[in-house]
Amino acid sequence: MTSPAPIVRQDSRIQRFFLRHEWARGYALLSPTLAVMVLAMCLPVFMLAAHSFWTQNYLTIDETFTLANYEQALGWLWGAEGAKPIYIRLLWKSMQISFGVTVTTLILAYPFAYFLAFKVRRNKNLWIILISVPFLTSYLLRVFTWKIILGFNGVINSGLMSLGIISEPLEFLLYNPTAVLIVLAHAWAAFAILPIYVSLEKIDRSLLEAATDLGDGPFRRFWRITWPLSVPGVIASGLLVFIPTVGDYVTPKLVGGTEGIMIGNIIQSQFGKANNWPLGSALSIVMAIAITIVVLIFLYVMSLGRVRAK
Amino acid sequence: MATSDAIIKITSCSKHFGPVRAIDDVSFDIARGEFFSLLGASGCGKTTLLRLLAGFEQPTKGNIFIDGQGMAGVAPNHRPTNMVFQSYAIFPHLDVRRNIGYGLRDAGLSKKELDGKIDQMLELIKLPGFGSRAAHQLSGGQRQRIALARALIKRPKVLLLDEPLGALDKKLREEMQLELRALQRNVGITFVFVTHDQEEALTMSDRIAVISQGKVLQIDTPTSLYESPNCKEVAGFIGTMNFFDGTVKSMEEANAVVDAGPLGDVRTRPFAAKLPASGASITVAIRPEKINLNPSRPSASHNVIEGRMSAAAYLGDRSHYYVAVKGRNAPIAVAAQNVNAARSWLGGQDQPVWLSWREDSVILLDR
Amino acid sequence: MSTRADAGQPVEYSPSKVVEGNRYGWLFVYAVLYIAFLYVPPLFLPLFSFNDSIYVAFPIKGFTFEWYRQMAKSTGLLDALYNSLKVGAVVCLASTLFGMLAAKAMTRYTMPGKGPMASFIMLPLVVPGIILGIALLVLTNQVGLELSLFTIGVSHVLICVPFGMLVLISRLEGFDKSLEEASLDLGVNAWKTFWRVTVPLALPGIIASIMLTFLISFDEFILAFFLAGNEVTLPIYIWSQLRFPAKLPSVLALGTLILTVTMVLVAVAEWIRRRGTATTKPTAG
Ligand SMILES: Nc1ncnc2c1ncn2[C@@H]1O[C@H](COP(=O)(O)OP(=O)(O)OP(=O)(O)O)[C@@H](O)[C@H]1O
Ligand SMILES: [Mg+2]
Repeated sequence: MTSPAPIVRQDSRIQRFFLRHEWARGYALLSPTLAVMVLAMCLPVFMLAAHSFWTQNYLTIDETFTLANYEQALGWLWGAEGAKPIYIRLLWKSMQISFGVTVTTLILAYPFAYFLAFKVRRNKNLWIILISVPFLTSYLLRVFTWKIILGFNGVINSGLMSLGIISEPLEFLLYNPTAVLIVLAHAWAAFAILPIYVSLEKIDRSLLEAATDLGDGPFRRFWRITWPLSVPGVIASGLLVFIPTVGDYVTPKLVGGTEGIMIGNIIQSQFGKANNWPLGSALSIVMAIAITIVVLIFLYVMSLGRVRAK
Repeated sequence: MATSDAIIKITSCSKHFGPVRAIDDVSFDIARGEFFSLLGASGCGKTTLLRLLAGFEQPTKGNIFIDGQGMAGVAPNHRPTNMVFQSYAIFPHLDVRRNIGYGLRDAGLSKKELDGKIDQMLELIKLPGFGSRAAHQLSGGQRQRIALARALIKRPKVLLLDEPLGALDKKLREEMQLELRALQRNVGITFVFVTHDQEEALTMSDRIAVISQGKVLQIDTPTSLYESPNCKEVAGFIGTMNFFDGTVKSMEEANAVVDAGPLGDVRTRPFAAKLPASGASITVAIRPEKINLNPSRPSASHNVIEGRMSAAAYLGDRSHYYVAVKGRNAPIAVAAQNVNAARSWLGGQDQPVWLSWREDSVILLDR
Repeated sequence: MSTRADAGQPVEYSPSKVVEGNRYGWLFVYAVLYIAFLYVPPLFLPLFSFNDSIYVAFPIKGFTFEWYRQMAKSTGLLDALYNSLKVGAVVCLASTLFGMLAAKAMTRYTMPGKGPMASFIMLPLVVPGIILGIALLVLTNQVGLELSLFTIGVSHVLICVPFGMLVLISRLEGFDKSLEEASLDLGVNAWKTFWRVTVPLALPGIIASIMLTFLISFDEFILAFFLAGNEVTLPIYIWSQLRFPAKLPSVLALGTLILTVTMVLVAVAEWIRRRGTATTKPTAG
């Protein structure tokens, strides 16, 4: 057995630096991804914020600093001259609709997640696939199918008419905030299930046995053990649904009619027909800040609740 | 052990993980061709030391030399060491042959040469014909051997083994201990072997380093470690030991007389090394098997004490007795080989017995 | 052979007995209803794609393949489909690569600020799409870049990277880092170790990430709407057709086809995943 001994090689200074410092290796590996995030997210959002302090004359952007866009967006609050309430009202309405969507989705999703976590023994993955398959159809087409269901000649109307329950098609089904709420709740149903399911799945089953052993009935046990331990999942689900829906503009446009318009539609139109990018930027910044405030308040209230529970 | 023939030199090496001093200012040499064990309780830093040698961690302070070459800034893949991982780390996506040949894939060998080497290794680990098995079709013992072959095929200067027998059952472990030792003699490679099992370390090693909380307490041959531990911790960690607090009364021609409380005056063998000063507080230590159990008072004038049998445990080849003596809470442990049929004179509990020991069985340690 | 000795044996014990209850209780009924709620709307796609009427409304007329024929002839639709496939292919590879790098850094290295960095990369998950879309539009305009499939692709990579990273983190956590160390220890450098150990072992996760990010990109509308130039992707094409009732049935036909293909892909992916867990499970420990 005479094979050569391995040759010990001395590395270059840069290699030695990385060898000595684990954090340097980690960040070197992370840096391409971070670069993508900075270039495709931070930089654009920074430009967006800059835009919100500029003004636009037809096709040219005037880059002198001004708060005029914010005054236009929010001025109604302090009675600024010429400021319209529409933006504030739309923002408020969007928040309400999104909140309604979030609550509806969570209430619908929780029992299903509970079923998946505790009652399904084998093939949990099949169930998860089963709930995700409907979401593999185009989002736009899915929203559109709701038009077929809720529309003037839609499933519900023709069904009710053929049963003789109504003689004229109902017109209040489509083109209103409720329609937006239903469609959004459907669109986010699968996403809401997963975080709740994960948090329920993580619960140590022996905790539940201990509670039963100590004399808790099923409802008490749920209330005292299962529910508190699944709250983080519920919060995650809630945020996952609430945040993106506030800014949605597709669903309101397709099924919301004039009543169901949301802040996203106004922002979108500033980058389209209305062609006022700075105002659109300011409105989106306002929306982002409003969402952040709502989320922070929500998280704060939840943390208070949990401290009290302890 | 001439230092000039050291294959590994560790000079005041430290490794800190934040506030944790996993390795704390350690220096020692390992000789070429030695079977060297690192022994210590869980969390004492054995794995960390091994990973420093392998290059997965870089020392916070100090240097490591392997075969005379500084290892600072040498990547693991450029070091003349190979490792057998605690979890074996058998590649699950490769069969046994590819696992063993993994490290030679880029060595520029022809397929025939490589196959020859792999066959040789399979022969060496006594698994010929297992080459095409998938990784998940192997038992724990087989995985351990393949991890060994995969490292040995590289002919490293040093083989690092991190508790390689920890996951095996007792019988297989004892078999593998002998096999591993024979294999090491056979291939002549320096082994650095991590274990927390003192018996395993004693059986296999040329020398053992006892580690505690990142520090090396003592490095010695198994015999010296057992017979003359240099501190209470080593004495307690390796084997069982009876400890008594005492004060040195006098030194007569390097023989000490120690007042050991309930034991009375204890006389000790001549000291070669450091002599305790008269009046110093020290610890007297005596191994259980070095204490004789007598039915009546032996004739010796010293190193004798009376006690009462408080418990006995029969272990087949030997028995353990626990003898209570006046003025001491913990009973004294005594071990005796059951050479003849069990001691017939021994009755039940509370029977009076006499303990005695030779002067050279006594070890004096700093308190 | 029931003897007293049996009493000392541990009884076969099912830890989830207590919470199991009746599997086909009201929760099961609820779950089935829930699934029905999810499925009914999308099922109108295939229904109307075979309906022999230009109006997508009840009552159903006859059965026809006409819309599939029209779809195959519509160049606008096929162009958009081709663009979507192109963007999706590049996006899924790029975001899986970036996700892999990040996942490896997150699972294999200790470094300060790791948690905040992970949150930062996940940020696109919780920022409303419209903001990312207009922000990229504003930047593109400011830099003087043309809107194109490239700008759409960039925005899709941004929102796909978090998904890729999450999928791959859970996969990389599934096998011991000592496997990679063993490879280094045997003299194979970091780059080759990545290809010979990390990639084969993470393969099920890599495939999952590629499929997931492809699907996200393929269906993405909110960002693409702002960032599309002359060439459009399929969702944008569909959006433009929703206003023209005559074109709608062939769009539904395409939707039906896409649904079928993705269902097959998902089935394949699940099959691969099962095989993956079957071959790597026993090596743990
Ligand atoms: N990567 C690390 N980061 C932080 N602390 C570490 C790291 N690796 C080890 N430690 C700490 O260093 C100390 C020594 O760990 P090490 O793994 O070397 O112990 P060990 O002697 O091998 O123990 P065991 O017998 O349980 O394997 C422990 O306190 C451990 O928590
Ligand atoms: Mg260890």
